[in-house]
Amino acid sequence: MQQFNPDSRKYLIIGGICAIIFIYLVQLFYIQVIKDDYKIMADNNAFLKKTLYPSRGMLYDRNGKLLVFNQPAYDLTIVMKEVRPFDTLKFCNIVNISKEYLIKCLEDIKNRRINPGYSPYLPQTILTQLGEKEFGILQEFLYKFPGFYIQSQPVRKYNYPHAAHLLGYMQIVDRQNIFDDNYYSMRDYIGKSGVERSYESVLRGEKGVEVLLRDSHGRIKGKYENGIYDRKPVSGKDLILSIDIELQKYGEELMQNKMGTIVMIEPSTGEILCMVIKPDYDPALFVGRQFRENYTHLLNNPEKPLFNRALSAMYPPGSTFKAAQGLVFLEENIITPQTMFTCYHGFPLGNGRLRCHGHESPLSLSPAIGTSCNSYFCWGIKSMLENKKYGGTGNAINRWHDCMVNLGLGRKLGIDLPGEKGGFIPNAQYYNKKYKNRWNAFTVISIAIGQGEVLTTPVQICNMASQIANRGYFYTPHVVKNIKNGELDTTYTKRHYTGVSRLMYDPVIDGLRLAVTNGTCWGAWIPDIEVCGKTGTAQNPDKDHSIFMGFAPKDNPQVAIAVYVENGGYGSEFAVPIGRLMIEKYLRGGSIAEYSKWFEYNVKNNIPAGRRNAIQED
Amino acid sequence: MPYRRINIWKTIDWWTIGLFFILIIAGWLSIYGASYDFDRVGIFDITGRAGNQLLWILISVVVGFSIIMVENDWYDIFAYWIYGFIIVLLIATIFLAPDIKGSRSWLVLGPLNLQPAEFSKFATALALSKFMNQYKFKLMDWKNFGIVLALIATPMLLTLMQHETGSALVILAFFIVLYREGMPGTFLFIGFCSILFFTLNIKYADLMLGETVVGEIIVLLLIIGIVTGWVYKVKKDKTLEKYALIGVLSLLSIATVIYAFHPYNLTIAAFSILGLLFLFLIGLAVKYWLRDYLFIAFFALFSVGFLFSVDYFFNKVLEPHQKTRIQVTLGVKDDPIGAGYNVKQSKIAIGSGGFWGKGYLNGTQTKLKYVPEQDTDFIFCTVGEEKGFLGTSIVLTLFLTLIIRLIFLAERQRSTFNRIYGYSVASIIFFHVAVNIGMVIGITPVIGIPLPFFSYGGSSLLAFTILLFIFLRLDAGRSERL
Repeated sequence: MQQFNPDSRKYLIIGGICAIIFIYLVQLFYIQVIKDDYKIMADNNAFLKKTLYPSRGMLYDRNGKLLVFNQPAYDLTIVMKEVRPFDTLKFCNIVNISKEYLIKCLEDIKNRRINPGYSPYLPQTILTQLGEKEFGILQEFLYKFPGFYIQSQPVRKYNYPHAAHLLGYMQIVDRQNIFDDNYYSMRDYIGKSGVERSYESVLRGEKGVEVLLRDSHGRIKGKYENGIYDRKPVSGKDLILSIDIELQKYGEELMQNKMGTIVMIEPSTGEILCMVIKPDYDPALFVGRQFRENYTHLLNNPEKPLFNRALSAMYPPGSTFKAAQGLVFLEENIITPQTMFTCYHGFPLGNGRLRCHGHESPLSLSPAIGTSCNSYFCWGIKSMLENKKYGGTGNAINRWHDCMVNLGLGRKLGIDLPGEKGGFIPNAQYYNKKYKNRWNAFTVISIAIGQGEVLTTPVQICNMASQIANRGYFYTPHVVKNIKNGELDTTYTKRHYTGVSRLMYDPVIDGLRLAVTNGTCWGAWIPDIEVCGKTGTAQNPDKDHSIFMGFAPKDNPQVAIAVYVENGGYGSEFAVPIGRLMIEKYLRGGSIAEYSKWFEYNVKNNIPAGRRNAIQED
Repeated sequence: MPYRRINIWKTIDWWTIGLFFILIIAGWLSIYGASYDFDRVGIFDITGRAGNQLLWILISVVVGFSIIMVENDWYDIFAYWIYGFIIVLLIATIFLAPDIKGSRSWLVLGPLNLQPAEFSKFATALALSKFMNQYKFKLMDWKNFGIVLALIATPMLLTLMQHETGSALVILAFFIVLYREGMPGTFLFIGFCSILFFTLNIKYADLMLGETVVGEIIVLLLIIGIVTGWVYKVKKDKTLEKYALIGVLSLLSIATVIYAFHPYNLTIAAFSILGLLFLFLIGLAVKYWLRDYLFIAFFALFSVGFLFSVDYFFNKVLEPHQKTRIQVTLGVKDDPIGAGYNVKQSKIAIGSGGFWGKGYLNGTQTKLKYVPEQDTDFIFCTVGEEKGFLGTSIVLTLFLTLIIRLIFLAERQRSTFNRIYGYSVASIIFFHVAVNIGMVIGITPVIGIPLPFFSYGGSSLLAFTILLFIFLRLDAGRSERL
């Protein structure tokens, strides 16, 4: 320690200094040249990509009536740095909140845990979607509240309180939406159901962007490079829906106090003329500050008002299915229009006699449809399944399954609305599994009359009416008639042939006409309109569902319809008169004949027995 | 004393003056880049920062060349007077300075704001040089060493009292000078160890291995390693020293094997081994009556003591913001809004520069004031963003060249006074560069000290100019005195 070598110390010092500078150079090389993160972070820092929101496309009905449009709503924002003491009482009175709520809002804004993007220099949203009235008063007194700003944010506005399921609603995007489509960013709105969802990409338009430079306080320092990277927003396209809002409204009136659905289709185009779903809700409930509250309320309602029964509810089709059976038997040469089967109050074979009501016997196809004879179709399905030409019951039922699918049953039709269900048509594989390969025509006999495993949605039944009306083809049902300045998907303009030749339709249609003139559908008989139809009763543990399927007029049909009234009992009880009124309303251009008023009065004032208790409890 | 008149303009080191000019001009351009705004104040407009700095550059150059004109001896003669004057000024500052951002270090003289702490560096350097220049001076004389420490500690404490922690720490740079002048390397080694122990202990304080605190066990193992290695190097009783090494290794292995089958708090094992080592060393010291063994024994003892005082010091003595700064630097804590914000933003600014940089005045981060203090302490960001790795490496190399040149100049001095002063200049500039750039690139904690010749600020620029030019004058006149 006494002696030291100055020279070695000199070099040690120089060496140490060089080592440290070298470490610094390495670190600089790492963060400047190797690592990319900082470059991205720098861009995020410096460029404020201000989104310019396009206006969303509007919705019209088939007659050009405006249904849904945009209305400015007002968000109240606050720049904390600019806030001076203000008259909180007056402020709270104007925007209609309590002082405690205001204090909580202000605390939440400043809390970076709740509001991670907080900056006292940047506008922070404090209240959203102020009403028109609050906005008006606040605008006038805004000068008294420095630091508060009003920002407009358009929301959907509805001209009619109808067709809520079909129109759909908007909601703030969730994590999954952002993950699926990077078009969206936090706090954007997205169509969550109905047309708003299925035509989201058409309606939303294209966001524009303005690239601004901002400093560390979030203050805007001007446009970047004079706006060469800016992009103007492109407005969303307007949609002309195929529904007739007046018809929709009438349908909803007829269905009040009932559960169920009405679907009407224009057979020549596949356009859905109305889609009444009850219970329903006012679409305007999903706009504004009460969204969450209203949504939760509706979601928890045991009657499921949010459920789209027309597309997502699967019911046994009941006797309406007999029309489809008739077509398949004819096409497959199982029967001819003249083939007769006997019926003595039921089908005598198999386990558990399938019963039938009193009518003459034997019957050919048309009167069998007209009187809705169960035995006829049981004989029919038995003949088909036991027919040697298929080489076995399994092959036979598979052929039957394929025919049904071609008629538009048992598969999703591909309607332009979200949430469609496919229904179910059983095949051999299904029965083999269910009965462990030990089954025959008698085991599955109930499918003959649309019971058993067969499930269809109301839209499928309406589409079945539509293809019968067209005598052999249908267009995929759709609710958008036209996109303004745009093209409709070709799926909706293409004919789908059912594989049943045109000639085979005549006896079936005769049968459907007979049902109206002489049979179960007498309620749908209108003197000057040749309505064809078929009732159905979907078996249900509770009271049965009442079904009507039909089209009119018989020649050159204009409209096909399916009506479901849950717990409505026999088809003729509720579904038929409703169907009659709807057809009349549509074909007569908005009015009904004087002699139909009685039906209207009855339908409006009758409540299905199964619903009576529920209604009284309300 | 005999003198020889020489033309100092021929003997002065123009290399250093050249580097000085390159650095101040680069600094000036960077300040313009950093304070450049959309308002576009011209580079020469003295209401803007660049214009203001230009004024200070002119003043500094005038002062610098005036210093060269002054007689060589004056610095030696007036060294204590200058030191005394600065100490008085520092004391006065504590009482007179207004509170500016929590620091009381600025003397307001009309339109001028001066920071006496900046000037204490050259004053201390002069006083130190003069004191150590005595005939037959021996640094490791306890009395001398005490006075040297007092000379260094006084301005340091006074600066600390002004809440200028950064400037106070800079005075530690003099220990490099002391090392060159014969202070035992052990002192630096102990200093290094304490920083290492502190860092490791804090960094891994919350990491647990079963019951064992990882921070503690790492430091304890390091102490065992250092002590054993050190003992092995004494080479007095080679047999016993070898036994110590083997003993420690086998004890460590046994401890590890036991841990593998039956986990326990490893700290206990480490303590037991250290305790045995301590007793063994005391035994050796007594046996051979050798101070070295005793010294090592006490090193072990104090290291353990230090380890346990770190926790206390860190949690009780340091202020919360200082604690956070240290934790952020060590990567223990992520605090992008608070203490980490500056460093994160400065890393973003530098990192976004890439290799070539974004081009002069094209930096978005600096132009938009993301980096706080970007024309003073964080001026290096502007270089990094606008000039890229090319710029930063050139600036670092320029500083390195300057420092090595200064050391070279210091070594060629005939008088101890000149040499010590020269080393002081090199050490202070190095310390500033190392701490400032280290902070900006996230290696050292955030300690607010300026980058020499670059950072905006008259006091700092003038003080560095005086510091440097006194040495240039001394060097130019090195052969005047025969």
